[in-house]
Amino acid sequence: MQGNQVVFVDGVRTPFGRAGDKGMYWDTRADDMIVSAIIGLLGRNPNLPPDKIDDVAIAATTQEGDQGLTLGRTAAILAGLPLSVPGFAIDRMCAGAMTAVTTLAGGIAAGAYDIALAGGVEHMGRHPLGRDIDPNPRFLAEKLVSPDALNMGITAERLHDRFPELTKERADRFGMMSQTKVEAAYQAGHIQPDLIPVALRSPEGYGLATEDEGRRPGTTMEALSELKTPFRPHGKVTAGNASPLTDGATVAALASQDVARALGLGVKMRMVSFAFAGVEPEVMGIGPIPSTEKALAKAGLKIEDIGLFELNEAFAVQVLSLLDHFGIADDDPRVNPWGGAIALGHPLAASGVRLMIQLARQFELHPEVRYGLTAMCVGLGQGGSVIWENPHFTGAQ
Amino acid sequence: MKKSAVAQYESLDVSPLLAHATGEVVTHSYVRYVPLPKAGGVLALVTLDNGKDHTRPNTLGPQGLVELRDTLLELKDKAHKKEIAAVGITGSPFILAAGADLSKVGDIPDKATGVLMVKLGHHTLGLLGEMGVPSFCFINGLALGGGLEIALNADYRTVSASAAALALPEVFLGLIPGWGGAWLLPNLIGIKNALTVMVENPLKMNRTLKPEQALELGIADAMFPAARFLEDSVEFADEVVARTRKVKRPNEPSALERSTVWPIAVNTARKMLRERIGTVAQSPYAALDLLAGATSATKAAGFAAEDDVLAQLIAGDQFRASVYAFMLTQKRAKLTPGAPDREHAQPITKVGVVGAGLMARQCAFQILRRLEIPVVISDVSEERVLDATQWMEAEITALQEKGRVHSDTANKLRGLIHGTTSMQEFASCDLVIEAVFEEISVKREVFQELEKHVSADAILASNTSSLSIGDIAQVLKHPSRMVGIHFFNPVAVMPLVEVVRAEKSSDAAVATGVSLVNKLKKTAIVTADTTGFVVNRLLAKLLGEAMNAIESGTPYDVVDQSVAPLGLPMGPFKLLELVGLQVGAHVLDTHHAAFPDRFFASEALKELVGHGKIYDRDAKGKVTGVSSFAQGLVGSGPGFSAEELQRRVYEGLADEVWRMLDDGVVEGPEDIDVAMILGAGWPFHMGGLTPFLDRVGASEKARGKTFHTPPIRGVA
Repeated sequence: MQGNQVVFVDGVRTPFGRAGDKGMYWDTRADDMIVSAIIGLLGRNPNLPPDKIDDVAIAATTQEGDQGLTLGRTAAILAGLPLSVPGFAIDRMCAGAMTAVTTLAGGIAAGAYDIALAGGVEHMGRHPLGRDIDPNPRFLAEKLVSPDALNMGITAERLHDRFPELTKERADRFGMMSQTKVEAAYQAGHIQPDLIPVALRSPEGYGLATEDEGRRPGTTMEALSELKTPFRPHGKVTAGNASPLTDGATVAALASQDVARALGLGVKMRMVSFAFAGVEPEVMGIGPIPSTEKALAKAGLKIEDIGLFELNEAFAVQVLSLLDHFGIADDDPRVNPWGGAIALGHPLAASGVRLMIQLARQFELHPEVRYGLTAMCVGLGQGGSVIWENPHFTGAQ
Repeated sequence: MKKSAVAQYESLDVSPLLAHATGEVVTHSYVRYVPLPKAGGVLALVTLDNGKDHTRPNTLGPQGLVELRDTLLELKDKAHKKEIAAVGITGSPFILAAGADLSKVGDIPDKATGVLMVKLGHHTLGLLGEMGVPSFCFINGLALGGGLEIALNADYRTVSASAAALALPEVFLGLIPGWGGAWLLPNLIGIKNALTVMVENPLKMNRTLKPEQALELGIADAMFPAARFLEDSVEFADEVVARTRKVKRPNEPSALERSTVWPIAVNTARKMLRERIGTVAQSPYAALDLLAGATSATKAAGFAAEDDVLAQLIAGDQFRASVYAFMLTQKRAKLTPGAPDREHAQPITKVGVVGAGLMARQCAFQILRRLEIPVVISDVSEERVLDATQWMEAEITALQEKGRVHSDTANKLRGLIHGTTSMQEFASCDLVIEAVFEEISVKREVFQELEKHVSADAILASNTSSLSIGDIAQVLKHPSRMVGIHFFNPVAVMPLVEVVRAEKSSDAAVATGVSLVNKLKKTAIVTADTTGFVVNRLLAKLLGEAMNAIESGTPYDVVDQSVAPLGLPMGPFKLLELVGLQVGAHVLDTHHAAFPDRFFASEALKELVGHGKIYDRDAKGKVTGVSSFAQGLVGSGPGFSAEELQRRVYEGLADEVWRMLDDGVVEGPEDIDVAMILGAGWPFHMGGLTPFLDRVGASEKARGKTFHTPPIRGVA
């Protein structure tokens, strides 16, 4: 990237909860969740002066009710940031938080910002995807976008159709591994340090969210094979190889490298390049393939240069399509080493920063890795990719 | 090992208490477990929640207490088995708990049941101090009375920076903090602070503590912002349990404080209290006794002492009267009995005030400040108008300097003031209030002129205290637009306004008057158009009897002594000096003229007006005795004995109240009490006036029956 070097100072998130009335956040507001994350982030970065924050971009896919009212601004006020700190809301469906990061990074690179907060929140229990939408009738009349393209599960089934070698067995195995890897990461204590506990109000008293709620350790292939295929009779996409509906919030602090150094802020990652790309909406899951190609080209890197991958597991099949494209094995240890969205959950517009949080912590443990990729597919046929450099890199081993 | 404070309650049989607990809005105790990552293990988090929102705060009744007690006993057992590392307790949004449910007090049928309630509270809350693991109260919001005592019983406390208020208002209501508060508080924050919180504040119009004050006093060990109050509080608890955080209690009394400061502070407080409020009110002195003993008593003994004292008070007359008064001022007074439906009230967008004297400018300023609408103030003298507007501007500046109004608002308010000598400028006012000299011909002239300029539906009001609204309105073409709005001096401070409905007053006029009063954040009572309305009429009765007694040869101290049981904020002669001797004489004259056979005018008082004072005072303004001039006015006759005079005053007041009720001056005796409590500062713990008159038998002597059925009095 040209201009000022952008660094990822730190990122945190709320524990992710199962969406719906049985989920832990059912009685918690979405804005309170992102506010908690922001306060938690600033609390553990005492060197970051709140009045020096130049902008706050918070993403949400469904910007209504407690996710409306230009979230970045309201969340900043509710989090107690000085009124002089501006903010705004952002939306690119699942890549909301990622777009918040890249948008503000662009501002930092251009010299418009020194420090910025980027994040996202999605309370899918309160705001199910697609409620109250009003697609333009031209989409259908002019055959621009199939109505099926608005149902993400159906787009995933279509990926299985397009790539017959992506079998249900491969998708299920990938889903099972996600559960296994997340459990191992929890046991090793890799996930918990970046979680900000959130008080949970419920009719049965207050509780405290301290861990991701949707995990299913001990998932077996046998159990997965028996799950229903809700998007198509005798189809391939199940709750076991797709990410569940999730409530959660994430936020990251970004800065120019010079300002980060001057203030003594931590530097967990350096941004190398980013790219977004569009594909046919009916197979939105392959979106990260062209966006990653673009980001690699801009960085002057090859796929072999990437030592760690944090790929959003909206569906196992769409992750596998990217791995096949680049010739990477399904169980390559560089890919989602601590599991992903199938086990942790995918609160749409919040997930991008969750990928970055995990990549940042892996960088710390892998000084032999120089570059990492965060990438995700986006509804209506898009992909987003950000390539990061490891500041702890000590040279290839 | 310390002796248990709650062991004494373990065999308590609360079934008689529960038998009476019908219709309780039960505050439930829910338990969830949260991990303590630093200390290891879990904290059992108890949430108090009655399932309602903050408009019906958590309260503590017998069923709720039993549920909490059983919950805590279960957790104590878990602590013993090492299944939990700590216990926390918190409330529902904005509310920890607002204490006992006062609306249920009437359900306590006898002293024995009252004692059970006190002991059940001690057992339940006391358990928090004996859980076997550290206990924490997370004060997330309002914590009053028993609500704050929950916190005091825990080992540690955090408070939300946005908690609305913390207080122990028991003394204000004729009680003492008897669920551990009277022993725990002074031992936590020292005797002087405890005196402020437990005795002084309740008597200062029920003053409460802000969270930062609670932190500074040491009631709370830590304060956290509301946004992550519970999360931060759990972290605090984790660190305390893990012993990575030390809790400092700078105000905890030292041995030196206990032996020297403690008894002196209590005695000083007792002396000051006697001077300020007399000795009729029981609860402040009971609180002082408990505080005095709390330094040497063990916790168990402290709790037992609270049991004894509270049992007496809870069964007594003053508590019942206090609750009656509290409910009146909190509920009935807000409904304004006798007022027409609110929908009759006309919009008030601009107000005129005729007159620029003391009352007029105060009224104008309060309307400006609270309604933030244009206010036109007029007088015949340009100089007086200028003086009044300048005074109002200075008041705004003073508020601004105190940080009470923003500079933008101050600019806005200044721009809304308009002074004039021409009544034409009242043309666009919705309401014009007259506050000129108390002389009917002057007032009539004002209204006649006003009516020429105001719009057809403008409401006209008089602030008269002694004249008939109907008589003044006779000169109007449309007397139905006239209403009385009687403010008390000082207007900014006095919470009561009498809204007078004359015979011809329209619903619109009366409703608009009440609406104005409510917008001023004051309480309105609607009265008929009879001399003195309510407050001045009853004061005139009392003061007339007092002056008549002097003229009949009764010494001043005998007069004071005879009315002392009424528990008034001051004796009749001090009151006369406060309202002004000339005003007092005028009030007596007016009432004597209206009701010559029942009210005394006083020649002696008129002579005192000339002399200017009744009492001699020292340089600090403290009374040193009755002046020799005033002494000289005591008549040469035999005078009254204290008993005789007392009978005259009690029965005279009762007779006057009966007459007011007969004539429909107000809707009921409750409205008389609201008026006397808020308009004359008559005591809460007497229930104002009528419960007292019932209790001493005066109501029955005057009319053969009581004002209240059943009378408001304690239980056996």
